[in-house]
Amino acid sequence: MAEPAPIESASHRHESGRDPCGSAGGHGHEHRHAHAHLPTSRQHRPDALISARCISLSREARTILEDVDLDIGRGEIVTLIGPNGAGKTTLVRVLLGLEEPDRGDVRRIPGLTVGYAPQRFDRDPAIPLTVARFLTMAVRADAAAVAHVLEEVGASHVAKQQLHELSGGELQRVVLARALIRNPDLLVLDEPVRGVDYVGEADLYGLIGRIRASRGLGVLLVSHDLHVVMAQSDRVVCLNRHVCCHGVPVSVALHPEYVRLFGDATARALGIYRHSHDHAHDLAGAPVGPSPERDKDSGPRVTK
Amino acid sequence: MNLEPFLIRALVASVVLGIVAAPLGCLVVWRRMSYFGSTVAHAGLLGVALGIVLEMDLTLGVIVVAVGIGAALVALGRQRVLPVDSLLGILSHAALAAGLVAAAKLAGQRIDLMGYLFGDILAVTAADLYWLFVGGAIVGAIIAGLWQTLIATTVHEELARAEGMSTRRAEAALVIVLAVTIAIAMKIVGVLLIIAFLIMPAAAARPFSRTPEQMVLLAAIIGAAGAAGGLLLSVATDIPGGPAIVLLLAAGCLAALGGSVARGQGR
Repeated sequence: MAEPAPIESASHRHESGRDPCGSAGGHGHEHRHAHAHLPTSRQHRPDALISARCISLSREARTILEDVDLDIGRGEIVTLIGPNGAGKTTLVRVLLGLEEPDRGDVRRIPGLTVGYAPQRFDRDPAIPLTVARFLTMAVRADAAAVAHVLEEVGASHVAKQQLHELSGGELQRVVLARALIRNPDLLVLDEPVRGVDYVGEADLYGLIGRIRASRGLGVLLVSHDLHVVMAQSDRVVCLNRHVCCHGVPVSVALHPEYVRLFGDATARALGIYRHSHDHAHDLAGAPVGPSPERDKDSGPRVTK
Repeated sequence: MNLEPFLIRALVASVVLGIVAAPLGCLVVWRRMSYFGSTVAHAGLLGVALGIVLEMDLTLGVIVVAVGIGAALVALGRQRVLPVDSLLGILSHAALAAGLVAAAKLAGQRIDLMGYLFGDILAVTAADLYWLFVGGAIVGAIIAGLWQTLIATTVHEELARAEGMSTRRAEAALVIVLAVTIAIAMKIVGVLLIIAFLIMPAAAARPFSRTPEQMVLLAAIIGAAGAAGGLLLSVATDIPGGPAIVLLLAAGCLAALGGSVARGQGR
């Protein structure tokens, strides 16, 4: 479940072997506090499109993020999951450079282009806006490029429609198209299925999986529901201010920390049964009883 | 009616102002800045008084005060104690009252209060036209340069920032440009009516537009026609120019909105 640990990342700005969360890096304000003795596995992953280390952030005396690490590599779908108020959107904002962390360091490969689909998209009919105009707001693109990207997201028919007339599902696809028309290396999708019905959710996640495959880009997906993103995720990071657990989807679904946060509904719904010898099977539909592992871990909820 | 030089100047001024005001008026409508604009406009009178006391150019005085008030409002908008519309309601009328007091006390009889409150388009001088052309060209150039960023920021600020746009800079520039426009338009339509002159053509253009740019173009045509038409109406019927323009534009607005509601597009 542990990530492969890149021991050597001397090509980065840090001196080789130096503690990445330490205060002695060459990053000025990004390192305000000493954070000693971290293992070398917490050094920035050199092959990652974007690599965040030791992200901490507080607002109004409330800790929102605490010592969070996250990497997204090329061609990889990483799902960020966590309960409401876990800091998922804040972490996304930090990764995008929209918010400055109190501590920690975000590294992007040079020239990284990010396509972003925000969680909230309040449309205002006061401003007239065709879908085509919306897509060409931040990039120069001709009608053919607009038609192409709309076809890619399965929304060819809406090019001439007004943005405020779209259904929830159409809007999500159009916002995805705006992220894609930039030809991004990395897609960041914050709860991309808001306002979409259940069938539409599965469609949309399937679409994201296909886009990843055809374009070979990295994807960071934010979701509050592991169940529907399981099939498309390569790795899942479970966040509740700090990273509770991370790994391949099945291992996260069965992780005691995850079960504590979400209950075991996901594991039940997926019919995953965990044997005592610590690996998971997909036994779709099979009844699942409480596992001894879970019982052992069902003590008082611990928050950091 | 004869086209006297003063009338030609007034016509040119109204048409130019109608065109310059169009993109700003649209942005004010889209960004819900009309109360903000009123507050800045009301502070304009204070700028006139300041200009008289300091013996500087009055338009310059208004620009200085309007930009200052605009910046102060942006800063105050970040506080959370009072809703922003209440804050603007307080400051708008405080600024107007302060301007009236300052005008009465400092400037005495040297100030044509009615002219500043409601505009005196027939009194537009060659110097006013100069201000209008230079100011209008600068305002137009700034808006054109920042247009994509302003539109993207208006539609979704966070997304625009994530896509690498300098949204804060564009918003600051918009406040300054709005203040400058208000200052140069004050002489023509007056501090009390300026905001109407900004938002009415935009509102009238909205039901007939499918893109932001179409709306600006239509607003420019409506604004220029409304201003010129209102001016001619005022000359022909001997009613005040500013109110005549605003009434004509209001009629156009209501007709456009009424028509679109009747056609079932009133969303």
